[in-house]
Amino acid sequence: MTTETGTTERGAANGGGDVLLEMRGLRIEGQSDEQWSDIVKGLDLTLRRGEVLGLIGESGAGKSTMGLAAMGYARPGCRISGGSILFDGMDLMTASEDQKRSLRGARIAYVAQSAAASFNPAHKLIEQYAEMPVRHGLKSRTEANADAVELFGRLRLPDPEGIGFRYPHQVSGGQLQRAMTAMAMSCRPDLIIFDEPTTALDVTTQIEVLATIRDIVDQFNTAAIYITHDLAVVAQMADRIMVLRYGELVEEAETRRMLSAPTQDYTKSLWAVRSFQKQAVMAPEEATPLVKVDHVTAAYGDTPVLHDISFEIHRGRTVAVVGESGSGKSTTARVITGLLPPVSGQVLFDGKPLPGDYRQRSKDQLRHAQMIYQMPDTAINPRQRVRDIIGRPLSFYLGLNGREREQRVRGLLEMIELDPDAFIDRFPGELSGGQKQRICIARALAAEPAFIICDEVTSALDQLVAEGILKLLDRIQRELNLAYMFITHDIATVRAVSDEVIVMYQGRIVEQGPKDEMFTPPHHDYTDLLLSSVPEMDPDWLDTLLAERAARKERGESVMASGDQ
Amino acid sequence: MTERTETDSSLSASEAFVPAVRAGIWSVVGRELWKAPFSAKFGLLVVVAYVVVAVFAPVLAPFGESEIVGSEYEPWSEDFLLGTDNLGRDMLTRLIYGARNTIGIAFVTTCLAFLIGGFGGILAAILGGWTDQLLSRLVDVLMAIPQLIFALLLLTIVGTSVPALVGIIAVLDSTRVYRLARAVSMNVVVMDFVEASRLRGEGIVWIATREVLPNILPPLAAEFGLRFCFVFLLISALSFLGLGIQPPTADWGSMVRDNATLITYSDITPLLPAAAIALLTVGVNFVVDWFLHKSSGLRDDH
Repeated sequence: MTTETGTTERGAANGGGDVLLEMRGLRIEGQSDEQWSDIVKGLDLTLRRGEVLGLIGESGAGKSTMGLAAMGYARPGCRISGGSILFDGMDLMTASEDQKRSLRGARIAYVAQSAAASFNPAHKLIEQYAEMPVRHGLKSRTEANADAVELFGRLRLPDPEGIGFRYPHQVSGGQLQRAMTAMAMSCRPDLIIFDEPTTALDVTTQIEVLATIRDIVDQFNTAAIYITHDLAVVAQMADRIMVLRYGELVEEAETRRMLSAPTQDYTKSLWAVRSFQKQAVMAPEEATPLVKVDHVTAAYGDTPVLHDISFEIHRGRTVAVVGESGSGKSTTARVITGLLPPVSGQVLFDGKPLPGDYRQRSKDQLRHAQMIYQMPDTAINPRQRVRDIIGRPLSFYLGLNGREREQRVRGLLEMIELDPDAFIDRFPGELSGGQKQRICIARALAAEPAFIICDEVTSALDQLVAEGILKLLDRIQRELNLAYMFITHDIATVRAVSDEVIVMYQGRIVEQGPKDEMFTPPHHDYTDLLLSSVPEMDPDWLDTLLAERAARKERGESVMASGDQ
Repeated sequence: MTERTETDSSLSASEAFVPAVRAGIWSVVGRELWKAPFSAKFGLLVVVAYVVVAVFAPVLAPFGESEIVGSEYEPWSEDFLLGTDNLGRDMLTRLIYGARNTIGIAFVTTCLAFLIGGFGGILAAILGGWTDQLLSRLVDVLMAIPQLIFALLLLTIVGTSVPALVGIIAVLDSTRVYRLARAVSMNVVVMDFVEASRLRGEGIVWIATREVLPNILPPLAAEFGLRFCFVFLLISALSFLGLGIQPPTADWGSMVRDNATLITYSDITPLLPAAAIALLTVGVNFVVDWFLHKSSGLRDDH
């Protein structure tokens, strides 16, 4: 490892010296359609004790496959076809299944992306925690339980004594992710593989998990491989970063040097992703807003979810609605589309009230408000061709048929930057995630709407692809003078696309206003927490922020706790 | 801006995803057939053979369907390959015509059952609420009574004609189809694309036939094979009991009953129709298993 820079590297500071994991010329193949193709194409990786290595890249770059290979494991449908994997002198390529099994959990642990899906819902946390040390014969059950309580405390879980006796569904997502980290630590492994451990979490929760993961890795001098697609996160966590693409290494360097002076074009493009900025749109002069949400209160059954929400959206402008999960962002969209009739209040379109239930709205009213969904995989029918997906709104709303319709579909495909000849006959299964999202946009545009609700449209996509989608939406907005309501939990997206920002928390609007005002202090407490929790590329960001928050707490100023605590 | 567009094109390159060259449907089918396991090939062969026999029955059969050609219970001979039955009709001829009648009626019945149950289930899933409650409870009531006994009861009431037979069995069997269709539709109905089509203002028929139905077709098709076997067996059972297909129409179930006395003389002839039923059931199930395996996307190494 190169540590000639004067910075205090965590791994180096802990006296990491001897090599723990070494992969040479690793090749992994995956099977699709009865054919084997390379997923990882001859990668080298060296990890020393106590060192944290960041693996970044888009989906399909082979990050997770590499992470699993570090345990000598290949997913069903994959096989390790070449190279060597040496873990602490032991060759995992030739080791028997038994030998590998004795390593896994005990000396190499794995933390998965979705803690909620990885815990067994039928067992208490502490039982699942104790399973590994007991199974490996390292601790008795009582020892393991006592150890669990200690680790839960170190990971700053609330009520460390009692939380282990809850079931997974009784704790929040962030807590579950920390419990999983505790579980991975249960045998004090030499190496932990973190596979996107915070991707599914809100920013306010993410920061807690990041801080605790880093502390615990430091405290036990554990080596870690940190897999993520979020550069800002990896900048906080890793000593060294490897950028992967198509199963090949693009660039490898120590974190600070990688951030300040990337050498490869691809790395630079990754770094530049967050630079996109929408051209500011002048504040509207017309009096009637296109969409006006007027004192809306809504509930699911008897549970109130929205309290007295009011805001306006004008033609040609983008209103971003931010907040963590459960804050009522998507519910607001459901009220506007008419899926959830409000308990009181109303939604006005162009000055005229819309019926609360979508079934009572006219075809024209439905046509004018279109929606783009978060998951493009489920938002388009997998059994329809692109031609029919985009063509249906055309014939349904505009009565186009035959050649006219075909031409319009082709025009829309061109507008979303997909080649009509290549794509018009495809099924969704033959499209990538970004392309599917583009088809969803085309379907919304086919209705010739005045207003589009974008519900987390980029959160399921890789950053580069997401950037392409944002630019596309922006271009279309300028061309067609559309109004957008942009629901997101990603502040970077808000900065990129919005004209106005609405911050929601627990079903209420805590702050709203033009973007520039929203991003300059003073903020509402919650807005402040939200904004400050967004990871930045600066590797010192997390330390600085935590120190700042601690200082403020000491001074007795109010620091709003994240919803997770 | 020009520079950005350039990055754009490189971006779409990273998004680019080239599917395998779209092969013609027939070559795909051919390749799948070639790769199919032995059991599936055997099953397909059996099914195809039965269909051929059923379609070309008048050509293949040496005599007329209910033509009396010899004396009763003649043994196997050159004139009558499989002997004659209790009325002196050629056994082989009866078997061949029986394929036509039994398979034909079972097929029509199964189709009808799927039409009723399938659409009922999809509607229940889409509409939910009261419609769902009403249909589901009705189905529960129908299913609470043993099927064969219920069918016997209804046939005694309305009389034994082929349309009555088809109608009654179809309704009774549609309850099973309803349950399956409703269950699998439920998973599809919650998808965003169904919500999108609702918000577009689409009618119930469009949502049912264009959005939901194509997505639940594989499990329904697999169920079709199984249901067909059950219907087939039920018809044969009813015929054996004398309430199914009425003489002189040839039918495998009643053929077993009519010639049952021969068993006491250790002659296997009356078992031939039963064997024909068994073979078809096995064949259809092999094909269904294979299809289900294919369509569910299961891999052996999981």
